[in-house]
Amino acid sequence: MTVATITPPTGSYEDLPRLIGLMSGDEKHETSAHSTLDVLWVLYDQILDVSPERVDDPTRDRLVLSKGHGPMAYFAILAAKGFLPVETLPTFTDADSPLGTHPDRLLIPGVEVSSGSLGHGLPLSVGIALGLRAQGLGDSRVVCLVGDAELDEGSNHEAIAAARAFGLDALTVVVIDNDTATHGWPDGIAARFGVEGWATDDVYGRDHAQLAAALSVSHGGRPNVVVAHVESPWEAVA
Amino acid sequence: MSTSTLAVAAPAETMRERFGTVTTELLDRDDSVALVLADISVDQFAPLAKRHPDRVINVGIREQLLVSVGGGLALTGLRPIVHTYAPFLVERGFEQVKLDLGHQDIGAVLISIGASYDRTESGRTHQAPGDVALIRTLPQWTVHVPGHPDETETLLRSAVADSGRVYIRLSERVNSQAHVTRPGRMVPIRSGRRGTVVAVGPMLDPVLEATRDLDVTVAYAATVRPFDARGLRSVLAEPNVALVEPYLAGTSSAVVSDALQDTPHRLLALGVRDAELHRYGSPADHDRAHGLDGAGLRRDIARFLESGT
Repeated sequence: MTVATITPPTGSYEDLPRLIGLMSGDEKHETSAHSTLDVLWVLYDQILDVSPERVDDPTRDRLVLSKGHGPMAYFAILAAKGFLPVETLPTFTDADSPLGTHPDRLLIPGVEVSSGSLGHGLPLSVGIALGLRAQGLGDSRVVCLVGDAELDEGSNHEAIAAARAFGLDALTVVVIDNDTATHGWPDGIAARFGVEGWATDDVYGRDHAQLAAALSVSHGGRPNVVVAHVESPWEAVA
Repeated sequence: MSTSTLAVAAPAETMRERFGTVTTELLDRDDSVALVLADISVDQFAPLAKRHPDRVINVGIREQLLVSVGGGLALTGLRPIVHTYAPFLVERGFEQVKLDLGHQDIGAVLISIGASYDRTESGRTHQAPGDVALIRTLPQWTVHVPGHPDETETLLRSAVADSGRVYIRLSERVNSQAHVTRPGRMVPIRSGRRGTVVAVGPMLDPVLEATRDLDVTVAYAATVRPFDARGLRSVLAEPNVALVEPYLAGTSSAVVSDALQDTPHRLLALGVRDAELHRYGSPADHDRAHGLDGAGLRRDIARFLESGT
């Protein structure tokens, strides 16, 4: 069996292309093709209070990957951080693999929400933040990652307005903005949240220091959004 | 035309009111129970919301969010009761019901009002004869259709104590007496020789009126999913089964057929026939239009029994 020859993850960012390659079979390992890679790395490496030993700890932080498609970066980071045995990566999309093109929380410990259909993660995150607060666990953060095109789904806008009304300061939304929304967002995505009273920040989605700074700030009484701008997929393949 | 000749008066309290008193007690007593609303029944729960502002959550007129918030609460270990009108609870955010509860494999109690056509004067938009049929497309749901405030209380308490996915469908239509003591079990009401009529929820009183002089067994079901197959088989006289449901006709035909797969049988499925009547009027008017009034039920059931002989 070839699985015995897989080198264990080093736990470093530089290891991610190799881990992605175990799923994609792609020798070139173009990290720029993975729009969520840097945001997820910074979250798991510096921001989230999570660990493989505490996947059921009520006080853990929650990462909700609403943009569930293209999850190889997510799986690679879960493997790098010990949530997922590295040997599972080459089984990607096999019948008995826990890994598919959308994550399934029943198959992977540490995955908070099964996603794929767009516009579900943010409304669920509002419920998670409300549920934590109701149980005195309001110090646990809920970070929801969505895509700019995903914001087309109206369900998000129900959640954006309600999150402000409920004063969910434990909730952070990260929008990966690679400019793929068909009709775009005039005045930018941050303005859509800002008009609802959210704290907003625009950063370059490949800059780890910028991301970490934006994700570390707390905003008393208000939810916050970090719009992480990355190159459009058309630029990436050019 | 026979008018209502039932000796026992309908209960003074509605099922919706009993839902309010029981839910209030449950939230007061158990801090793992939460209530999610979407601007419906908010007045009824205003004192409760004041006592438990973190566990009584009104999302406004946002029914997709209503169900998703229920899912999020359940993901943190709470037991959510999620409530609004049936079309807005089950149909408007059906994908939320499917994915944010079922696919996440978490539990919730969805409890609706309005039923198939409690609000006939409001027209189609407030009517949901297809709700149970839709829920039936999803695995691992329990569906209760109580026909009396006491049954609402019994079934709601059992649903909240459970950890699974439960849909409770309330109506303003009620039977004069409660019959459910053990949630999920079919209740034999009377026995006869020519066939078996299964009355679901509020259809029991109309069925009893319609079959007064027919030699049939009448069984009562306030839970249709899972369907009490053993209960049906145990009361079955002649395998002529008339299923009378207060929502889309035929919704439970497949489960009845499954229950009787070893028995050659005939099945008549009565219920709401045409969801697009484009008529106002009273619920009684709509009963007549769908053949769900006493006279219509009697005509169809008698014809079914005749045709089988």
